[in-house]
Amino acid sequence: MSRPTSTPGVPVPELDLETIREFGPFRAYATDLRVDTGVEPDKYVKTHCCFCGQQCGLQLKVKDNTVIGVEPWYEFPFNRGMLCPKGVKRYLQQAHPDRLLHAYERAPDATAGFRPLGYDEAVRKVAAAIERIQRDHGQDAFAVLSGASLTTEKTYLMGKFAHMCLRTANIDYNGRLCMVSAGAGNKKAFGIDRAANPWSDILGAEVVLVAGANVAECAPITTNYIWQAREHGAKVIVADPRITPIARTCDLFLPVKPGRDTALFSGILHLMIENDWLDRDFIERCTVGFEPVAESVRQWTPRRTAEVTGIAEKTIRQAAEWWGQAKTSFLMHARGIEHHSHGVQNVLSAINIVLASGRIGRESCGYATITGQANGQGGREHGQKCDQLPGGRDLGNPEHRAFVANVWGMDPDELPQPGVDAYEIMRKAHSGEIKGLLSICFNPVVSLPDNNFVREALSKLDFFVAIDFFMSETARYADIVLPGSLQEEDEGTVTQVEGRIVRINKAVEPPGDARPDWQIIQDIARTLGRSEGLTFAGPEQIFEELRAASRGGVNDYSGVTYERVEDNFGVFWPCPDETPEGVPLPGPQGTLRLFEPGSWNPIAKGTGAFYFPDGKARFNVTPYHGPAEDVDNEYPIILTTGRVVSQFLSGNQTRRIGPLVDHYPEPKCELHPRLASRLGIREGDWVTVESRRGCCTVRAAVVSTIRPDTVFLPYHWGGRKSANQLTIAAQDPISKIPEYKVCAVRVRKVDEPPEYAAVLEPQQ
Amino acid sequence: MPVPEKLEFFVDPGRCIGCQSCIQACTECDTHKGQSMIQLDFIDRAGSTQTVPVVCMHCDSPTCAEVCPADAIKRTEDGVVQTARKPRCIACNNCVLACPFGVPKMSTKMNLMMKCDMCYDRTSVGLKPMCASVCPSQALAFGTREEMARLRPNAKPINTFQFGAQTIRTKVNVMVPKDGPDEHVDVTAAMYEPAIGHDILDDVFGEEQS
Repeated sequence: MSRPTSTPGVPVPELDLETIREFGPFRAYATDLRVDTGVEPDKYVKTHCCFCGQQCGLQLKVKDNTVIGVEPWYEFPFNRGMLCPKGVKRYLQQAHPDRLLHAYERAPDATAGFRPLGYDEAVRKVAAAIERIQRDHGQDAFAVLSGASLTTEKTYLMGKFAHMCLRTANIDYNGRLCMVSAGAGNKKAFGIDRAANPWSDILGAEVVLVAGANVAECAPITTNYIWQAREHGAKVIVADPRITPIARTCDLFLPVKPGRDTALFSGILHLMIENDWLDRDFIERCTVGFEPVAESVRQWTPRRTAEVTGIAEKTIRQAAEWWGQAKTSFLMHARGIEHHSHGVQNVLSAINIVLASGRIGRESCGYATITGQANGQGGREHGQKCDQLPGGRDLGNPEHRAFVANVWGMDPDELPQPGVDAYEIMRKAHSGEIKGLLSICFNPVVSLPDNNFVREALSKLDFFVAIDFFMSETARYADIVLPGSLQEEDEGTVTQVEGRIVRINKAVEPPGDARPDWQIIQDIARTLGRSEGLTFAGPEQIFEELRAASRGGVNDYSGVTYERVEDNFGVFWPCPDETPEGVPLPGPQGTLRLFEPGSWNPIAKGTGAFYFPDGKARFNVTPYHGPAEDVDNEYPIILTTGRVVSQFLSGNQTRRIGPLVDHYPEPKCELHPRLASRLGIREGDWVTVESRRGCCTVRAAVVSTIRPDTVFLPYHWGGRKSANQLTIAAQDPISKIPEYKVCAVRVRKVDEPPEYAAVLEPQQ
Repeated sequence: MPVPEKLEFFVDPGRCIGCQSCIQACTECDTHKGQSMIQLDFIDRAGSTQTVPVVCMHCDSPTCAEVCPADAIKRTEDGVVQTARKPRCIACNNCVLACPFGVPKMSTKMNLMMKCDMCYDRTSVGLKPMCASVCPSQALAFGTREEMARLRPNAKPINTFQFGAQTIRTKVNVMVPKDGPDEHVDVTAAMYEPAIGHDILDDVFGEEQS
């Protein structure tokens, strides 16, 4: 079978039937050991979930090198035994029939397109290709894509591998699709990129404002924190274009039109100023830039805010009144406000109403973005972002370069300059500037917007190597696939949503030729003859170097050890191992809450609580811009995309877990009954959703829980079911996050089921 | 060992987010691996995301046991109503039809009625049942009355239900608003009311806002 390609202009990819028949995704259910009653596990391994950024503690039950089930870990304080369905069933990804047990090489003559290859030979071929491409086309012609579901140790190693071993500027990661708007906004406003508060601060809040976060489905454990705050009198305000399960019983629902979040927050700030619901003392002492912001929101009268956001004026007034007058509060947001071509502005405008209230840096006064991936926090801190070095340092900063180069034992001048973001890497692959690519923990064929373009880009590469444990939709485009490790097959740390570093413990050995990802990377480096700095004996040794490389930076891990993490149910960074005289070291658990009055940090050096030389937080003027592609006569409906509770991200793992597939087998297009009736669509009809970039045909779910001008598609599926065939590759100019949450589409009923319905299983 | 008297089961459908964690966890129970004894349904998905989890309520006088011609369903001393005993169950379906809460399920494969036994292997040694352990919204909760009163000051547990003429007391509690009327929930009356939340939610996306 030839390499799957899509002809430019033809938006539908091939079905890859033979590859799917060989490599899945197939659904695994519990059988044998896993259903036998009375089986006594060999061991219970305390670790964390492999999926989202909440990083719930759990215990894996292990028997004969197989994870046979999950037992709650009641003592872990964040979730106290609670788990979402993904956490309960995650164990079925291990010992899975689809698991890659060997390396594979593309083989046009093989039925499934690939044939097994010895591990050493595969690594030799990878090294030879890297050598050839970098020799013929320059170091930057070979790019690296990494991921934020990897342990922090691995993400550190990936950065070092790209910057020190390959010397390529072009490394980026899939947090580009996830955390970067929040990260950029937090850096601009606070000088540090971490949830400001531990989740326990939600409990005492008088108002909990949830903006663009489908908490119940994407961060289910946070639900109980919000419900618990409400039990003690908190008002819960939810801003979302859909009545998600968390919005169903909230006290105030703001049905914001997708892409208009800056307008909403500006309107709230306008009313706070008008009614003097401000903490003027805090604004004066602890912030700069309030006046220009106040001036800029003057235009955001309730009437104009209502017109732009699609929220009733009285609802906006009510939200401002509750938010403005609260004594304590917690504002949390997620991709709903961040996945925009102005995602950073949205984040900054949300932060503006927090700073104006003065409710931050104290008990029950909090602000946070909800991280998406397992290591959405740690994975964005230590050097796998295109412009970053470990410790949250900048690749463009000479002092930072010198510090890290010294830790790595290299000349700072030999470090590459900042590279380009993940989508730009695809554009450069498409244009031929980038010839080779190594990808790990990333499934861009499903997860990047306008993915027909991504398919074309991957098809044009001279050489593509993917490290994965399953044959993902993206790995199907690779020349060599190397069998990496599942989370439960390796150890390390990740940093969860609160900024708490937790321990991932190994439960089982990788099967067959598969091995821990850090070994594979070091094997490639060694085969290249460039193993200097990449000879770690294991994750803890990598962590020890990471501690040194982060020392003195904003993201300071120097005081963190595996032992300390295990003894304290995690350690919150920043956690330095040295502070100036008179400044106490953080307690055993590290720094739980940021920005406490009188707190010290290495940037402000005691002048204030925020991470700027003057110690003050920044208000930022946030001009409102509409979405990159607004609706028009041709494409009159807004498409917004998101997740469902039983699936995770590109579905490479969860679409192989039978009970999770059964919960929500295939993507459905949610649309309001009024829109449905106008289009002649009834519940369960096949509908084609079409944008300027592509189309997909799925069944309709007619529900009055979505704005009538908007339709929703979950994005967890590949091929012809992929929502990202439609989405637009418009990106935020600062964070480079793609605009997944708004594009223009048209929707029509179709009489015939799509071709895939007859030949593919739901999850395929 | 009996289930410790102080530990009780509480259901609060108002908190349910429909994630099905309880169902997935129920299939992990050692006594019925792979099968869930919990039902979780949307009330009216077209109008609301409201879902309701139904676990066995463990009645004081279990209707399922009363109608069983084979005397296969036993209630333990501590009030837990067990799955039908395999040697006795004749798979007649009487219990399935009679249970006012619609809990027992017939496993045709095994020719056996199966139902929630409140994770007896866990609760009898002081552990929480699987579903109430994992439930991320704590719509299903297991603990003491004192804990519940402290954690949920605006709600109260009730365990008496009216089904037409039949009054049923259960071991499992349902949380209801504290300041609401103190009458028993009449399930048959609710059958003729509009679905929960439907009329409220209809207006949220009014024409003038869209």
